[in-house]
Amino acid sequence: MKEFNRVFNGTDRAVYQLRALYGDYGFKQYRMSKFEKYDLYAKNKDFLVSDNVITFTDTDGVLMALKPDVTLSIIKNGKDGAGVEKVYYNENVYRVSKGTRSFKEFMQVGLECFGDIDEYEISEVVFLAVKSLETVSKDYILDLSHLAVVKGVMENFNLSTDGVKKVTAYLAEKNAQGVFSACKEEGLSDNDAELVKKLVTVYGAPDKVINEFKALDLGKCANNAIIQLERIMVALSALGVSDKIRIDFSVVNDMNYYNGIVFNGFVSGIPTSIISGGQYDNLMAKFGRKDRAIGFAVYLDELEKLSSGANEFDVDVAVEYGSLSDVALINRKVKEITDGGESVFASKKIPEKIKYKRLIVLGGKDNENA
Amino acid sequence: MKMLNVALPKGRLGEKVYDMFEKAGFACPSIKENNRKLIFENEQVGVRYFWVKPSDVAIYVERGSADVGVAGKDILDEYKPDVYELLDMKMGKCDMCVAAKADFKDDRSRTLTVATKFTNIAKAHYASLGRDIDIIHLNGSIEIAPILGLSDVIVDIVETGTTLKENNLVVVERFMPISARLIANKANFKFKSERIEKLMSSLAIQTEQK
Repeated sequence: MKEFNRVFNGTDRAVYQLRALYGDYGFKQYRMSKFEKYDLYAKNKDFLVSDNVITFTDTDGVLMALKPDVTLSIIKNGKDGAGVEKVYYNENVYRVSKGTRSFKEFMQVGLECFGDIDEYEISEVVFLAVKSLETVSKDYILDLSHLAVVKGVMENFNLSTDGVKKVTAYLAEKNAQGVFSACKEEGLSDNDAELVKKLVTVYGAPDKVINEFKALDLGKCANNAIIQLERIMVALSALGVSDKIRIDFSVVNDMNYYNGIVFNGFVSGIPTSIISGGQYDNLMAKFGRKDRAIGFAVYLDELEKLSSGANEFDVDVAVEYGSLSDVALINRKVKEITDGGESVFASKKIPEKIKYKRLIVLGGKDNENA
Repeated sequence: MKMLNVALPKGRLGEKVYDMFEKAGFACPSIKENNRKLIFENEQVGVRYFWVKPSDVAIYVERGSADVGVAGKDILDEYKPDVYELLDMKMGKCDMCVAAKADFKDDRSRTLTVATKFTNIAKAHYASLGRDIDIIHLNGSIEIAPILGLSDVIVDIVETGTTLKENNLVVVERFMPISARLIANKANFKFKSERIEKLMSSLAIQTEQK
């Protein structure tokens, strides 16, 4: 792998490792064109990370868009009743970057699983999300939530549509005081509001959170969801990945599209989540499909932040041959070094900006530079 | 131990906030030295403080250079940074207000011109009233805009109202209470949750005692 490590930067390497990983679990690569009819995005704006899409008019007058998203295209092109389908993609998408407010090209890798999916597939996708984080960094955490718990709790206390919206927004901010006061506005008792507040304040190790919620009576829907969450966690701990998973109900994503299990993945050193995904049966229904679906995307643009310092040296060896005119001798020396597995930069004078581990001066004395 | 990076808002509020952090076990005595340094570190406790412009605290936290920080609700509502809002510290209290000249009469038949630093908050407020407005973004000395006829009203934070009074302006409407909030970067929170939780619970107790 040494040669590849030299050629690939952190992002490239992650892409190939992720593709190999998904391939191992029977996911097939899904390739697609860069363009899609704009119509698709106009109808599903809420699903996109940002509203802005680069558009152009095709030769036949149809308004087209450069893909801001991959999932929508895969769903649109799929058919119901094809059994369980497992695909992964590795595509460039075009959207507005939050910092600069201008369009940028992003490399995105992700996977989707469609069909009559059951708890095995759910646990497999969560497992692959954890493994994906592991390929990027040893220090990682996956935040896992079950939206039926959140929805169930709010339905149990008959929150109004407006109340649900407010509580969800506060929940995503981990704003416990906000959740409490929004519940009070909805006319809940102090006790009930405290109960809803637990969605914010209780998080962390799966056993702890599940046990604490099992002891509460949150209505049938939420109680069932907690039991399902427990079963999935049992499956994941059998795979040995449960210690990197935290239950956190502040992961709400968009409830218009997502339902059931949702998750966000973080690695130490990157200030935002790099994996985001979950079950999106609701989105499938919007496309008139009865199949269920789960998937996630890995956002690789932030990965550059991790690899600083990795390329401290430009080459292993610098060969300076000065006024030496025996080209065959220089060639021999260079080949000897590359055959030994080291990279080499040869020139009659080594430019100052080249950083090397070792300098060899042909026709002169060797010079170590550590 | 991993360093906890804290962005403090420069000024009186920031000094008060530091005192509360110190009581919570995150002391860094060198910060009290009277000099122009902006970064202070206490390796024993594992904490690093830096002074930044109050309106920039949320940026440092959102981008992860700071793990936690203290920012006003006005800034959070205006810029909507993607951060956790962990605690209302119930200090630095004031209100977001609409203010105008004492003789101002609202004429609903025409577009209202609004001068403000808080463009998004002003837009959202008037949108909720169904009012068509023309926004003028200013960076400071907002109070003179109505006096010079640049705008009909201003939207700004008002604490005591002294500045308004001295410029012959009155508060037309107080529509949003503001206070300082403890915020945290969403990813860093996962990796330093124990220490941030400890800080948060101590701050919550100190806030209650006030």
